[in-house]
Amino acid sequence: MSEQEIDETTGVDTTGHTWDGIKELNNPLPRWWLWCFYLTIIWGVGYTVAYPAWPMLTGATSGLLGYSTRAEVAQDIDRFETQNAALKTALAEVELASLSDNPDLQRFAVANGAAVFRTNCSQCHGSGAAGSVGYPNLLDDDWLWGGEIDQIAHTVRHGIRNETDNDAHWSQMPAYGDILEDEEIAGTVEYVLSLSGGDHDATLAQTGAVIFEEQCSACHGENGMGDPEQGAPNLTDAIWLYGGDRETLLETITNARFGVMPAWGSRLSAADVNAVAAYVHGLGGGE
Amino acid sequence: MNTPEQQSLYAPQEPIFPRRVSGFFRTFKWWIMAVTLGIYYLTPWIRWDRGPSLPDQAVLVDLAGRRFYFFWIEIWPHEFYFVAGLLIMAGLGLFLFTSALGRVWCGYTCPQTVWTDLFILVERWIEGDRNARVRLWNAKWDFRKCRLRLTKWVVWLLIAVATGGAWVFYFTDAPTLARDLISFTAHPIAYATIAVLTATTFLFGGFMREQVCIYMCPWPRIQGAMMDDDTLTVGYRDWRGEPRAKKRHENKGDCIDCMACVNVCPMGIDIRDGQQMECITCALCIDACDDVMDRIGKPRGLIDYLALSDEPLERAGQDPKPIWKHILRPRTMLYTFLWSLIGIGLVFALFVRAEIDLTVEAVRNPTFITLSDGSVRNTYTMRLRNKHGEPRDFRLSLSSDALLRIELEGTGRNIITVPPDSSTMQRVYVTARPQDPASSMANTDLRFWVEDTENGERAHRDATFNGRAN
Repeated sequence: MSEQEIDETTGVDTTGHTWDGIKELNNPLPRWWLWCFYLTIIWGVGYTVAYPAWPMLTGATSGLLGYSTRAEVAQDIDRFETQNAALKTALAEVELASLSDNPDLQRFAVANGAAVFRTNCSQCHGSGAAGSVGYPNLLDDDWLWGGEIDQIAHTVRHGIRNETDNDAHWSQMPAYGDILEDEEIAGTVEYVLSLSGGDHDATLAQTGAVIFEEQCSACHGENGMGDPEQGAPNLTDAIWLYGGDRETLLETITNARFGVMPAWGSRLSAADVNAVAAYVHGLGGGE
Repeated sequence: MNTPEQQSLYAPQEPIFPRRVSGFFRTFKWWIMAVTLGIYYLTPWIRWDRGPSLPDQAVLVDLAGRRFYFFWIEIWPHEFYFVAGLLIMAGLGLFLFTSALGRVWCGYTCPQTVWTDLFILVERWIEGDRNARVRLWNAKWDFRKCRLRLTKWVVWLLIAVATGGAWVFYFTDAPTLARDLISFTAHPIAYATIAVLTATTFLFGGFMREQVCIYMCPWPRIQGAMMDDDTLTVGYRDWRGEPRAKKRHENKGDCIDCMACVNVCPMGIDIRDGQQMECITCALCIDACDDVMDRIGKPRGLIDYLALSDEPLERAGQDPKPIWKHILRPRTMLYTFLWSLIGIGLVFALFVRAEIDLTVEAVRNPTFITLSDGSVRNTYTMRLRNKHGEPRDFRLSLSSDALLRIELEGTGRNIITVPPDSSTMQRVYVTARPQDPASSMANTDLRFWVEDTENGERAHRDATFNGRAN
């Protein structure tokens, strides 16, 4: 029990607590502060009743207001879907070739297509659409099955060499390992190298030219320019899906290639197919 | 005995009844109140023509459209550094004024002070001056008290509604919002904002008053660190006033202990106790004391703007240092220098702000691509902003030591049209033919140029072209 003591400097009485000669002044807090504190407690209790708060065994209390962040996101998505409904319908029905006449719809298609692409296509073609070995680069001006927007949409919708869609692009290169002699294949490799201006053995290439004429020109064309109708690649350009070096060509001719793409028409809506076609067409290579 | 039973941990609010006072500082404060309130209430209603597709409100914070309009200045979100700069200037300005003149911000221009002053003015009109108000406070709740209190609260509430109401006009077109508010068709957020600000104004100006300054505001603590012995602040010349005497007496000081300084104080303190945290330096006690000194025939200035460093001089009967010596100190000059530096920097930035605003971002996924003829192509994303009220056409070109070709996605032209008050994104392709060294080198520098086709203004951005060696 300590004596009452008024601090000389401040004229305030002390609490009587002393630590190493340091005394505590008694400056009481205003009472409204206390009421504010009680208010925050009441607010806090009310909040946990109104909003999801208490963890239970199978989840959390849902709160009287029934608020949920998931529901809010779903609401937002619904709102945008409603807002864009007219554009979506227009996109599903649009003549793709004339899409560029409608800049608003085109902007919407490209933005929408970018999202569809990231979700569904980027696994094989890459997030930047640059592809990789066996998966075509969609940025360049070389198209196996045609680079017009309608052709791109057809490829996306029906896919390539899949068994699920009767309209899928279909072509198959034979594995020449079973058909030709090794020397003949070696000659063909040299001839194909010569087509795109690569280093090659001219004598071997001469024999290869004859083989090419007989075996390859039906699809790849007499001059090796390819044929988008059959998905036969142009062999004279600088772009190679699997590689344009001697070893890779040998492998390709001997064992052939069989790249597959799913039919997205059964997985995506008509509007989404058109959107992703518009996006891919706008990446720089579209014809 | 300071036993726990006797001590209360919490203190009730002491009622304060500031008496009316007149004098230089009071008049000065009326003017400041008129000007600051005038600015606050009227600014949203000033019109400023910016053309057909932009708002015509002089000061507008368009949160939804992400624009800030201030008369001839329009700020986009990427120019937020202007706002940051203004806030830094406001901070440094506060340092400057506090170290030179004490808490002048608190005493003269703080909204809490201005609105409290207004509320006290209303209180005085309705309930009378200090003595009448003290009597009314102690009176029973009869009809007269109820009538006076109710009238006062209604007037306070009207001011509070006007205060909260004026705030929302800064964020959208004021005349439209005013019509919507009256016809009850405005957005619920507008009503909610008005309701919250009405409640805080009513509560803080009418009832909390000095409690806000003493217990809620952090500035009294911080400002203490910005004052020093040379700071001019409201103080009492105790060497002249003490010892106090009720009657004029040869051997006593000038203070006649009339309590005028205490009675006018809106913070309910006694300035004669010296500088204290509660004092907002509103200077009303100076007016009150000067008035009394005039009447008893003593010189003014018993309570005055003083610097602590003058005390020894004045005690010794010497003249205090001149005011300019108190104000012109390295500290205040440093604050002024920094403040002006940022101010000049901002004004400079504002005037050299490019009329054409563009950014160029190289697409690096992939870093480059090969075309069928062996050319190498890089892609760039360009964003062009048009801050004008009309659409603008920009011509895009490229300069480089290498022979590079430029193409715009989706168009054979090299013109980009940007709609009014918006920005446009454009994919741009740059190609090097196979025989050009740029296609095989690692990097080549290039520069994009845009030109306003109408006035010929140009701007450029530098970029790098990646070749096959990359």
